[in-house]
Amino acid sequence: MSPQVAGQIELLGQVLISGILLGGLYALIGLGMSLIMGVMKIINLAHGELMMVAMYITFWAFTLWKVDPYVSLLIVLPLMFLLGVGIQKYLLAPVMDANTVLPQNQVLLTVGLGLVLSNLALLLFTANYRSVPVSYASKTIYWDIKMGGQTISLSFSFPFLVAFGIAMVLGALLFLFLGKTDTGRAIRATAQDKRAAALMGVDTKKITMITFGLGTALVGAAGALLDPVYYLYPQIGGPFTNKAFVITVLGGMGNIPGAILGGLVLGLAESLGSVYISLGYKEAFGFVIFVAVLIFMPKGLLGKGRA
Amino acid sequence: MSLLELSDVSKRFGGLMAVGHMSFSIEEGEILGLIGPNGAGKTTIFNLINGYFQPTSGQIRFKGERIDALRPYQVCRRGLARTFQVVKPLARLTVLENVMVPAFSRTEHRGEAEHLAREAIQFTDMAPWADAVAGSLPLGMRKRLELARALATDPKLLLLDENFAGLNPSEVETTIEIVRKIHQSGVTILIIEHNMRVIMSISHRLLCINYGEKIAEGKPDAVANEPHVIEAYLGSAHA
Amino acid sequence: MKSSRFLLPFALVVILLIPAVVKSPYLLHMLILSMLWVVLGQSWNLLGGFTGQISYGHAAFFGVGAYTTGIIVKLGYSPKVAWSGLLFGGLAAALIAALIGWICFRLRGPYFSLSVLALAEVLRIVAINFKALTNGAEGILYLPAFNGKAYYYYIVLALVTVNFLVIRSVMRSKLGFYFLAIREDQDAAESLGINPTRYKLTSLLISAFFTGAGGAFYMNYLGFIDPGIVFSIPDISVMMILVTMLGGAATFWGPAVGAVLYILCSEFLRVWLPSGHLIFFGILIIAIIIFFPNGIVGSLNDLKARKKRRLAADAAAATPTAPSVAA
Repeated sequence: MSPQVAGQIELLGQVLISGILLGGLYALIGLGMSLIMGVMKIINLAHGELMMVAMYITFWAFTLWKVDPYVSLLIVLPLMFLLGVGIQKYLLAPVMDANTVLPQNQVLLTVGLGLVLSNLALLLFTANYRSVPVSYASKTIYWDIKMGGQTISLSFSFPFLVAFGIAMVLGALLFLFLGKTDTGRAIRATAQDKRAAALMGVDTKKITMITFGLGTALVGAAGALLDPVYYLYPQIGGPFTNKAFVITVLGGMGNIPGAILGGLVLGLAESLGSVYISLGYKEAFGFVIFVAVLIFMPKGLLGKGRA
Repeated sequence: MSLLELSDVSKRFGGLMAVGHMSFSIEEGEILGLIGPNGAGKTTIFNLINGYFQPTSGQIRFKGERIDALRPYQVCRRGLARTFQVVKPLARLTVLENVMVPAFSRTEHRGEAEHLAREAIQFTDMAPWADAVAGSLPLGMRKRLELARALATDPKLLLLDENFAGLNPSEVETTIEIVRKIHQSGVTILIIEHNMRVIMSISHRLLCINYGEKIAEGKPDAVANEPHVIEAYLGSAHA
Repeated sequence: MKSSRFLLPFALVVILLIPAVVKSPYLLHMLILSMLWVVLGQSWNLLGGFTGQISYGHAAFFGVGAYTTGIIVKLGYSPKVAWSGLLFGGLAAALIAALIGWICFRLRGPYFSLSVLALAEVLRIVAINFKALTNGAEGILYLPAFNGKAYYYYIVLALVTVNFLVIRSVMRSKLGFYFLAIREDQDAAESLGINPTRYKLTSLLISAFFTGAGGAFYMNYLGFIDPGIVFSIPDISVMMILVTMLGGAATFWGPAVGAVLYILCSEFLRVWLPSGHLIFFGILIIAIIIFFPNGIVGSLNDLKARKKRRLAADAAAATPTAPSVAA
């Protein structure tokens, strides 16, 4: 094998690895949105802004008290859960049954919420780009493969690897929670048919609050995990909200395993696209897939969503 | 040629056979009653004829033309209108506006549409309600509004899905009168109804289904007295 | 009503004479911006308020209109020719809208709302990267065709008037009835002979055309655009929704009331709370939805509707078949 071919293989391998690792984080963001969408049948257009909030919590915990971002998950998860419950209880639930001309009352409300959160962050923390300078930020693990007389050297970013691992663990926990616990089963029942669930004695109000809390906690976890590998700024949420619904549509709305697949696909698409097509269009590749899915398989890649 | 003809129509939802090998036809000028216990597949048949669902297999012909691949609005434009068991008023519009919407499939002009709508409203005895907002109507009037709207499309064939359910006795009488009037004006009718007194008195012919399949067909008295029809009802509705 | 017969022509004369009397460029600027936002609000309202199809990304159409104009200038045509952007920008926006509508309106669910939001983002990225045509993030700058605000005042007045008349005549015709029917209940509409995909698309095309024309006017008036301004989700897409909701969705005069209030608020905030204006508008959106969901004009109409309902109650009492008799 010529060194050029080996180089190409190395590049491709590297691109795939970073795509999958990034996709793990995206999956976490998508899981949160998919859960909310499944139960509440709405999109949360403040999803990315909630992630931004979690990123700043993690940032300040690190800056002020030297709390490692992975440790701060222990603070971020409960805090974000409570924030989500509060938003659902005091903002979204009251407008749910309001009889108004415009549909999507709750979604419109999340638009307002997103605007408030991102601009409040702007006011409090300025537009400066910040990062969390952990000691392992650029730590890399190498993996050499001998192939046809050449050595192909693949690198794994340590913080990305940890983030991927934690994301997958959280995804698995969510799956177990939804499958094995009473509350989890109640969430699934509510997602399937809210009225029937209510008739069976499920407290759908409470379940909806828990769902929004969980969705918020999941995207919050993604934010904390993103901190060591990304910079943060107040307007970071918007693009991630877009990513979240692209993932959700890819996976099929309300489909939990689908959301993980959708996250991985988006991560790979961005990674492959920005290397082989153009870096400038990185944010647009997800949309191209999104449109293709809408045209050819509107129920999502797994064909199980609600079209 | 029959006005409407279903030949060997089946509809599956996943593993569930909602309608199986259904064949029947309606002749022009007829009132055909469709009966059967709850969940027998009556509304599914309406949804198949109307175009909301496409049959898994089989054919549906209306005036000789196949309509089983058409969308509901295309079916409607060919002269086949329906009402909904769970009423669907356009809640923020007035009764008149509700009825003008279908009238626009017969004319482009607003004035003409209003005229046609008022005719349908008059015909269904709703004139005093014309300016009321549909969302504020009592159930009896919502059911009547379904009739008025379907009528405003000027149908050849009208599918009525439980238009009598939830009405009080005097409303039932009025609605029977209206349905008879519609029929006399030259509209063929296929009607789903649980109220046996109503269906026996207005149908020319009855079709009884259970578990998505036809179990009896014929003169109302004969069908109502067939043992397995009685059994189907006693086994579920009257249990 | 008799009073409105005199009121409307009188108001028209006043509006036409304003530039002759008002010489303050600042005041005229405010009026011009207000009218531009009336166009944007009305256009969003046709699709969102009357047809019930919520768009979170109308900046896509605004930006396409603005960039069509900008590209005309960049290709070397004179600023006077750039006014043709009012037509071509509108058409370009409608073309993009046709594509996205054709893909999304066949599907049920929030697909359209989401796609159009993503579309605005993608177009922003394209505008940043396609430097040959757009100058990228630098934006396009040129010297506008006219000196003096009066020209712009009359042009935007014409635009807002045409926009208003088109929407009103649409809403009084078959199309309008179909739009409302689709908003109220798509299943019912379809069973009554309406092709929902076709009429949602029609509503979107009209809406996108005028939004694009608004974008083109913006470029012609200010002479500068960049991707971050014209494709902005918060500053364009969301504010179009705010203007409509504040005034009253699905009303004829709501967007006008909303636009004027929006411009007043913006100016006030620009002076007193420069970095917090979006926080204020965000809170305003939440407050409107919770406390005042039908907006200003909508709430006034609700009062009238209550009268109508009383009428219905009277009718019920007069009709022997009314359930109140038997119940």
